[in-house]
Amino acid sequence: MSKQAQHWEKTRGLLMVTLAIWFVFSIGIFLFGAEMNEVTGPFGYPLTYWFTCQGSLGIFVILIFWFANRQEKIDEEFGFSERGDD
Amino acid sequence: MIKGNFIDNLPKVYGIYTGGFLAFIIIMAIAEQMGMSAKAIGICFVAFTVAIYAIIGYLSRTAQADAYYVAGRQVPTVFNGMATAADWMSGASFVAMAGGIYFKGYGYMALLVGWTGGYVLVASLLAPYLRKFGCYTVPDFIGTRYGGNLARLLAVIVLTVASFTYVTAQINATGTIASVALDIPFQYAVYVGLISILLCSMLGGMRGVTWTQVAQYIVLIIAYLLPVFWISNKMGAGFFPHFMLADEVSRIAELEAQFGFVKNSAENLKEVPKGLAGITKAHSAVNATPWAFISLALAMMMGTASLPHVMMRYFTTPSVKAARKSVGWSLFFIFLLYSSAPMLATLSKLSLIDPSLPTGIIGKSIAEVQSIDWYQNWNQANLMFVSDFNGNGTLELNEFFMGGKAVVLATPEIAGLPYVISGLVAAGGMAAAMSTADGLILAIANALSHDLYYKIIDPKAETAKRLVVARVLLVVIGFAGATIAAMEIQGILGSVIWAFDFAMSGLFFPLVLGVWWKRANREGAIAGMALGLISGAGYLIWVRNGGSGFLGITQLTFGIFGSAVSLVAMVVVSLITAEPNAATQKMVDEVRVPSGKSILGKQH
Repeated sequence: MSKQAQHWEKTRGLLMVTLAIWFVFSIGIFLFGAEMNEVTGPFGYPLTYWFTCQGSLGIFVILIFWFANRQEKIDEEFGFSERGDD
Repeated sequence: MIKGNFIDNLPKVYGIYTGGFLAFIIIMAIAEQMGMSAKAIGICFVAFTVAIYAIIGYLSRTAQADAYYVAGRQVPTVFNGMATAADWMSGASFVAMAGGIYFKGYGYMALLVGWTGGYVLVASLLAPYLRKFGCYTVPDFIGTRYGGNLARLLAVIVLTVASFTYVTAQINATGTIASVALDIPFQYAVYVGLISILLCSMLGGMRGVTWTQVAQYIVLIIAYLLPVFWISNKMGAGFFPHFMLADEVSRIAELEAQFGFVKNSAENLKEVPKGLAGITKAHSAVNATPWAFISLALAMMMGTASLPHVMMRYFTTPSVKAARKSVGWSLFFIFLLYSSAPMLATLSKLSLIDPSLPTGIIGKSIAEVQSIDWYQNWNQANLMFVSDFNGNGTLELNEFFMGGKAVVLATPEIAGLPYVISGLVAAGGMAAAMSTADGLILAIANALSHDLYYKIIDPKAETAKRLVVARVLLVVIGFAGATIAAMEIQGILGSVIWAFDFAMSGLFFPLVLGVWWKRANREGAIAGMALGLISGAGYLIWVRNGGSGFLGITQLTFGIFGSAVSLVAMVVVSLITAEPNAATQKMVDEVRVPSGKSILGKQH
């Protein structure tokens, strides 16, 4: 397999992991919104309520930075990272 | 003080700017103590900030195509994040979001999840690849990837429909704020707002908009966070509200149980002025079905990834790597405001309904409430209303009505903060609406000037002529938007949500599959865009005219139907027609690799 095909395969793998995490915190947990809200979450807020106002939002921020770092690693591994820095 | 390259000095420049703005707030606070009128303070805040944006817009003027279209592709990640956050957070986010949460609770908070989760799709599916492509506009990508003028034209049409729906709402919001702060009629205030918007973008295009948006972000985030922290401290609810309002949230649930949600008769509700609502939904309990919540969140997420004014911000970063990081920073800056809106809603609601707080009005006599200064002010502004439906002389929960905007606009005054804060909030709302309107008008004008005029009508046009056309279009589109805004056809938030649905119906799959599915071809993309937009719009019209809809898809989530049709059409048509030629497939391979030259040249 060519270097480029391997790079794309890894990139696609990372996409799948990223989208799976995204799916859980944007859609998956809200299937059980009513049940989860009975539980006390971080800082004492009802759990589902906390996810809608801080939890999911914060997880998305961290997820994007994590994704960006992983992708940079993949690009470096195959020598596809850009020259020069930002 | 400032030496060398402007880009290297950005932290210093905006540091001084932020310090200057804080000093201005303090000067205004002192002036208020010395007897400056509320009206004069409001005018100062709006006039001063708009003047600063205009100066930045003038200093950023340019005659080069790549500076005009993509700010020279040299905007650093963090600053592009701030600019995107301002571009993104509209007048609706700023003025109406906390109000929506206040009235509708959980069901409305799907928007918070949707409008942030969409950025994960932007970062992982699209932004870095479109940056590598080197396009100036979103239709530029569609037109080059799929080839042919028809695909390009369809992308321009979808972009224009979605962005124009959105921009009228923003011009409407600038008009509302300008009319309150400057005390002029709305019909004129709309044009004052429009001229302020054009001052930022006319001369410098994307470069001007970028640097004004950073300035606008700084103003709007200070204007949103300062009152939230101040109110929380003043109420004794905790010095860091985000982590400390659990007791307040459970106290609201307790009061809701105690008062109950009494339903008003239709006859009584006729008395209530239009646009005002009572508290009828639980604050923190789950009050929507899973599908109602998830479908709205999903529509907003896919819409986020298809709205061109957001996507084009990532064309301005220096590299593909920077584009990815920049999406993270954008969402971080958005998170600062979005995570504060539910806190403001909580503080606002508790301060009004808790009888044990000095500001609480429920349980007081109607006459007493009607004699409160702030009640009279906001009643006059048509944002508050009480009525003794059951005739017992006491105000009950179901007898108190408020406009959605009042949560942001009136809470500082109710909590007893000085007027200078209200002036600051007006400046923040203006900044939020202006920055979004600028991004949208520029997205439409650039698509029309670059894709329609230069690429389709007159490919030999010189740069100078192209930029003249771009600027003329900017003004024309701005005035068209303002004219429609002046007619006040629909509310701010409704049209914002429609814009997301239109964008996802027509553009989501053609964009995503353009990168991720090599087999996608021109015929498929054309079918996807055309049928997606037509079926989405058709569904909206059907439901608006009394249609029952299906699968629980409402007029707020019609994009789910439109994009599903778009996906099926695109896949089926692509597969029954010939696969893309070798050159196109090679182009897709190159897009998928960050290093190397961009597909389109620096000047194109």
